[in-house]
Amino acid sequence: MNHRFLVLLSGLVVPAAVTWLSTMPVAGQARSVGATTSGSSAKAYTAPRTPDGQPDLQGIWTNATYTPLERSKDVTKEFYTREEALEVAKRAAAQEAEQTEPGTVPDVHYDFTQFGLDRSQGAMASNLRTSLIVDPPDGRLPPLSAEGQRRAAERAAARKSRGGPHDAVQNEPLGARCILMDRNGPPMLAGAYNNTYQIMQAPGYVMILTEMLHDVRIIPLDGRPHLPPNVRQWTGSYRGHWEGQTLVVETTNLTDKFAFQGSSENMRLTERFTRVAEDTIRYQFTVEDPSTWTRPWSAEVPWKKDSGPIFEHACHEGNYGLYNTLVGARAEEKRAAEEAAKKKSPK
Amino acid sequence: MVESGFRTRTLAFDPNPAGGELYPMRKWLRCALTASLGVTLAVIPAGGQTRTYRAPRAADGKPNFNGIWQALNEAYWDIEAHAAAPSPVLELGAAHAVAGGLSIIDGGTILYKPLALAKKQENYANRLKLDPEIRCYLPGVPRANYMPYPFQVIQGPKYIMMIYTFAGAVRTIYMDEHKEAPADSWMGWSNGHWEGETLVVDTTGFNEQTWFDRAGNFHSDALHVVERYTAASPDHLLYEATIEDPNVFTRPWKISMLLYRRLEKSAQIMEFRCVEFVEELMYGHLRKKPSE
Repeated sequence: MNHRFLVLLSGLVVPAAVTWLSTMPVAGQARSVGATTSGSSAKAYTAPRTPDGQPDLQGIWTNATYTPLERSKDVTKEFYTREEALEVAKRAAAQEAEQTEPGTVPDVHYDFTQFGLDRSQGAMASNLRTSLIVDPPDGRLPPLSAEGQRRAAERAAARKSRGGPHDAVQNEPLGARCILMDRNGPPMLAGAYNNTYQIMQAPGYVMILTEMLHDVRIIPLDGRPHLPPNVRQWTGSYRGHWEGQTLVVETTNLTDKFAFQGSSENMRLTERFTRVAEDTIRYQFTVEDPSTWTRPWSAEVPWKKDSGPIFEHACHEGNYGLYNTLVGARAEEKRAAEEAAKKKSPK
Repeated sequence: MVESGFRTRTLAFDPNPAGGELYPMRKWLRCALTASLGVTLAVIPAGGQTRTYRAPRAADGKPNFNGIWQALNEAYWDIEAHAAAPSPVLELGAAHAVAGGLSIIDGGTILYKPLALAKKQENYANRLKLDPEIRCYLPGVPRANYMPYPFQVIQGPKYIMMIYTFAGAVRTIYMDEHKEAPADSWMGWSNGHWEGETLVVDTTGFNEQTWFDRAGNFHSDALHVVERYTAASPDHLLYEATIEDPNVFTRPWKISMLLYRRLEKSAQIMEFRCVEFVEELMYGHLRKKPSE
């Protein structure tokens, strides 16, 4: 263990994790999406109303979590005990801290500890779940359908034919290109840092601003139809309505350029936002995409009240990393070609 | 507030290389604003009528500006008066030709300092290379408000959000937590308050990278914009903005225009994730060459 790891662990992780656990509901209260409609743990709490009568979801929130989307294969239960959850959080925070080991590439990229970007230092909702996926009950993505398998193979072949990951800007990951990140969704899921959202409500709308990529979803609640089927957007066509305490958002019209866990453009996403405590929103989503999976699947993750302000994330404008990656790759090729030429024809 | 808005960074055309104070700022500003007041009232069409209109109220009793708005003018090409002109891109012919338009500036022209005017002309000459719009960069203020795309206002008592189509730009206007800009940014840091029927937004903390239009009109990071949004009918807003930047302009100047409500029931802000559209333009030259 290096020195900085110890500092982090003793100074930050343990106190944060203890607070985190003390607010945690007991496992038995949490129920899976399939079994929950209005939410049993919401029983004791009724969200205040906005002036136009919507349950009030407004505020700054974070969906930061150490819980993986899929349950680890060596874990067989749905919930950890508090002690186990604390241990898992400690281990995950330690892994992040190791990224800041001086002289390593990740350390040069972002010093998580120094800049307070890692999850252990910010707000995080308590969660005893062993995976975000709650259905299927094994906490893992369902098997790919035949079509899903075929497309996965086609996509892999297409990727290969486009060359190496740094051969052209279009080969780089969407996040590195500042086009779309996990936090933007759909569905909206945490990344390693900066998982901050702001929700505002106005008559007829719910607005969700994701700090990463200053990305905004303005969700209409007036029952208007989806965009025509030929109009496809990176974040799709999204329409919302209230079911009791829960904001339900349906998203369609996605593109085949954005493959969420391998999804297709036919993916239909249903998200449910329920304020279950003053400082917690339960975010649940169900993915239906027969072109990819043999059955629908669902996941949930709590969002925790956080503090603002939200800053401008001008990702594309300051994307020196992308430029330097491509320039570096071309320089490497040039050097390799020169060395090869030298070997062939020594003077 | 005014003094703290100025930066000491040296610009390429630095008008004040010695670094001393150029202006007795407050006096200068007061004189300039007083001088422009008479002009302001005179040039707003139907000024008397717009001043007396009382907007419908939001839940907190303030004028309700929720909605989707759009400017309908040609200022996005050039905020000064300009005749129609060919497209700067030959292949686009008449489809992307410059639409003629009149000035949105009180007094007609921008009062550049001499070196800044030279810079503006250089910007114009090299606009295909330099205009940040071409690269899908956040458009800044006030430019975002009169680009040829709609934007949506989501209004609350603490925050008023302005969400723009172009580049998915966003502004948060802080109505009750006023503070100094914590860092420079493309869209600036906006503090707002109500003056009767008018939403007043004071924005500072800009970087020096945004323009006012496609004609190369520009500013430095000392830019300070004070905007006034006033409902003039249920479906249009009078939009005025005072632009101040002592590094670039000889005195503050003011723009005004109308913003129109998008009334179609189906109106919505469509996705305009333009980063994807400019990648080949910006990074295409870095594509791996096919091996010979």
